[in-house]
Parts: sequence; structure tokens; C-alpha cells
Amino acid sequence: MKPLNQTVLATPQSGIRRFFDIAQQMEDVVSLGVGEPDFVTPWRIREAVIYALENSRMTYTANAGMIDLRQAVCAHTFGRYGVHYSPETECLITVGVSEAIDLALRTILNPGDEVLYVEPCYVSYHPGIGFAGGVPVAIPSRGDEGFSVRPEDIRTAITRKTKAILLCYPGNPTGATLSRENLQQIVDIAVEHDLYILSDEIYDRLVYNGEHVCVPSLRGAQERTILFNGFSKTYSMTGWRVGYALGPADVIAGMLKIHQYSMLSASSIGQVAAIEALRHGEADVREMIEEYNQRRRYFVNGLREAGLECPEPSGAFYAFPSIRNTGLTSEEFAEGLLMSEKVAVIPGNAFGPSGEGHVRCSYATNFEQLEKAITRIQRFMNRLPTHNLNIPTLTAKL
Amino acid sequence: MRDVLKILEQNARALPEDIAIRTGRTTTEVEDGILDLEKNGVIRRYKTVIDWERYGDEKVYAYIDVSVTPQRGAGYDDIAKRIYRYPEVRDVCLVSGGHDLRVVVIGTGIKEVANFVAEKLATLENVTATNTHFLLKRYKEDGDVFVETHTDARLMVSP
Repeated sequence: MKPLNQTVLATPQSGIRRFFDIAQQMEDVVSLGVGEPDFVTPWRIREAVIYALENSRMTYTANAGMIDLRQAVCAHTFGRYGVHYSPETECLITVGVSEAIDLALRTILNPGDEVLYVEPCYVSYHPGIGFAGGVPVAIPSRGDEGFSVRPEDIRTAITRKTKAILLCYPGNPTGATLSRENLQQIVDIAVEHDLYILSDEIYDRLVYNGEHVCVPSLRGAQERTILFNGFSKTYSMTGWRVGYALGPADVIAGMLKIHQYSMLSASSIGQVAAIEALRHGEADVREMIEEYNQRRRYFVNGLREAGLECPEPSGAFYAFPSIRNTGLTSEEFAEGLLMSEKVAVIPGNAFGPSGEGHVRCSYATNFEQLEKAITRIQRFMNRLPTHNLNIPTLTAKL
Repeated sequence: MRDVLKILEQNARALPEDIAIRTGRTTTEVEDGILDLEKNGVIRRYKTVIDWERYGDEKVYAYIDVSVTPQRGAGYDDIAKRIYRYPEVRDVCLVSGGHDLRVVVIGTGIKEVANFVAEKLATLENVTATNTHFLLKRYKEDGDVFVETHTDARLMVSP
């Protein structure tokens, strides 16, 4: 057979996949490796869908998504951030944020266009840019600066081929947020160089110190920003696969063109759930945010007591502690912890080279599990080589 | 202190130092706050939710709708007091609707509860009618679901 697509062949398997294969086969694992909420989708949302299943035909929806949902999304965005979008021309309902980002990249990029993105970051950004024909250009951020990217580092990386900047605050895997001032500086740079801004704000509600800054609400940003959000994290609706993009009408029209030929529409069931979430889900959201915040404080405190340096994550539901003081690489640490103590964390380098020296721990799990994890991590740390213990080297087996 | 109260409502045994970490307060703040809440009666007492049936004890619960004639000057309060002083009475509430008081009674058998209703409750002065409903199965109590256990169906590792 003739060879497959070169970009696909050249894209390595996700670093997370290898841990999944091992952890999935073990018993009594405490998993801090899960990038999704542990809460069940609020009952009122599920019940609304059951009612809809009994009473409607569940046909294709409008390509751009149900108008009721687009109106609710635009009203919600205006209510929270004061940014106005037209439900008819500036809003597209997608199969999760992942599809929305893919559509945006394919809409704005020509082959060879460069996209700047901040590392460490969600695993899909780098390959996604490549699949869309673009050239991913990573801007590393630093642990000792709380993984907040320096605007000047973005400016330095701009070339005549640069087309867009991809941002995600609060971020996965670091839980970092960016100050309004820094975000405004990045927007100003984008204006100066006429760049698109792709702003993935899927964790916007999970901000624990201060208010979330919505990028298109910043001066000069809206006309060049495509804002992504969805229901997975805020409403604990990962499996429903509903997200949305808000942006300039010409970009949304381009995205819609690809979406209608490749996807037709997001699932009608998911859209019904999303409408109910926006209309009546706020009380549940607030409960979940408070619970995450308590877990965050508890877990970060536990990591520090175990001897790991852990910058305070100000958003999302991840802690990203440094493991440099152990003398191990991220993969050695994660593998050792999994094999000897059955705690699954994700090595930081799975999120880009600048994640090396860290591991991602998701605290989207209940207190009982977090307590167990902290006890095991503590035991693991106490038995490290400085305490005359050899960590099993398992890299070869993976 | 609402956050502290919510933690204690879920787990009365939560330690002040753990509550302090979870809520971003100092241990002293939490301890003093709890003491104040106990003193002024916001925290009434600490109790445990027990599934007696699972333990093996047979207990009979009856939900009794009681119609009463309110008294001049005291309304429903005096008759409510006469009812709630019985130790077998767990709850007494004044409710709207077709009846006046909703009373929950616990006994070791249907006969015991029936006797209580017939001999004590129904014969009280000002009680004009009772309507007794025996509990058949408990699904949820005080926010705790009794009939199902939650399992984590998520993938072990995901991006």
C-alpha cells in the first residue's frame, strides 16, 4: 500500500497514552491522571435530555447549532464578560472545543503559516496545528514564573509567517492564569502584527483567585479573537461533546463551511443538555467550583508537605508540582510512583518539553482518593534515593 | 463560615486543621469560629447518618398527618409541644395543605407505632384526625442516597 499522510505518520503517539495502557491494567490505582471532572452531570441536565428523548425526534440540527443554544451562549457570554456576539453570524456550536479549534485553524491557516502557542499545554495544540497545515511554534513558560508566559517572549517569536497566537488560560496542565495586564500586552502585540488570537477558555469558571479575564473583552481584541468554550469542564459534561466558538463573522462563516461538510451538526442530545445547563445549571456550577477550590488547597498543601515544590495553581483542576528536587525525570517519577505506589500522574513532558521536571496531578477526584494519593506520594518521596531507595527503572518496559 | 458549616454538615468528624487547609483559614480561626457557632446554636449537635436496616435492626418509621384545632393564644405551638415531647416522635413540623402537623414516629414494629398513634396521638385534646403512612423503602435521607453506590467510570488517564 502507498504510505499514509506524512503529517499523520510524523506525529508521535501522545505521551499520555502509554500511561493509560499501564494504569488501566492495574488494580487499586489512585488516578490523578484524569483530565475531566469527577462529578456526574447534574441531574437536572440529564433529566432534561431524558424528557427530550421521549418527546422529540432528535433530528439533525441547524449546521451552526440550535438557535436556542446559540442565543443562550451569546447571552451567557454577554452577561459574564460584557462581550456581544450575534447568535446568527458569530456563534458556532461544535463537537467540543477540540473540533472548534481544529475548524478555526483550518479556516485561518495557509500551508506554512506559523501559530504561536504557550507550552506546557494541552496535548492537542501542537499536532492540531500541524494537521491544519500550519507550523507550530512553542513559546516555553517557566515554573518559577507560575507558567505565565512573558509577552516579550511572544513578540520575539513572531516572524513574517506568523498568523495566530493560541492561548489557554486558565491552562491545562499548569492551572496557571494570566494577569489582565499581560493579556492586554499580548493583544497589543497581536494588533501590532495583525495576528489572530485563538483563546481556549474552557476552564473560565474554574478561577480561584480573582476574576477570569475573557480575552475578547480586552481593548482591540474582539475583532481578531476566536473564543472557544464548552460545557465539559464547567458543567461536568465531557462525554456530551458540546463546545462553541465565538468570533468575527467571516471566520465563523469559514468554520461553518468546514463543519457542515465534515460534521453536519453537533449532537442534538448534547445541545439539549447544553441549553438546560446554561438556563438552570448555575447553582450546580457554584457548588462544584467551591468543592474544587477546597480540594485544590488541600492537595497542594499535601504535595508541599510531601516535599514537592508546587506553585499555587490559580485555575482549572490541576496541580503541576516540580519534581526536580528528586533528581528524577518526569517520566521516571511518574513511572516509579505508578509502579511502586499505584498513583497515576502524568509526566510534564507529555505537555511539551518545557513541562519536563514537573508532573500533572488532577485533583478532580474526591477527598478520600486525594488523601490516599497524598499518603502514597509521601511514602514514595520518603523512599527516594536520598533515603537510600532505588526507584525501579521501568522506562525500558514502556 | 458558611464553607466551614457545609464541610461539617457533610462530615461532623472533619478536623479543624483539615478544614483550615480546605477553606484557606488558620486552624485557630476555624476552632474559634466553630466554638462561636456552637455557642449561639447554629451548630445544634453532631450526629451520624446510620443505615439501621443494613446493620440488621428492624425499625418502623411512620409519617403521620395530624389535623388539630389551633388554640386561642397559642395557635399550634402547645399541641406541637405535647406531641414532640414523646421520645418516639422524631420530627414534628407545621405544614400547609390538607393537614396541620407532619409527625415522624419511630418504633420497633408496626404494632408499637399503631398503638402510639391510637393511644397517645389520636387521643390528645385538639387532635381531630390522623392519617398514618408507614415507610416502605428509604431512597434518600438528608441528601444521602441509600440505594446506590457511585462508581468512577472515567478512563484512568486522559488529557
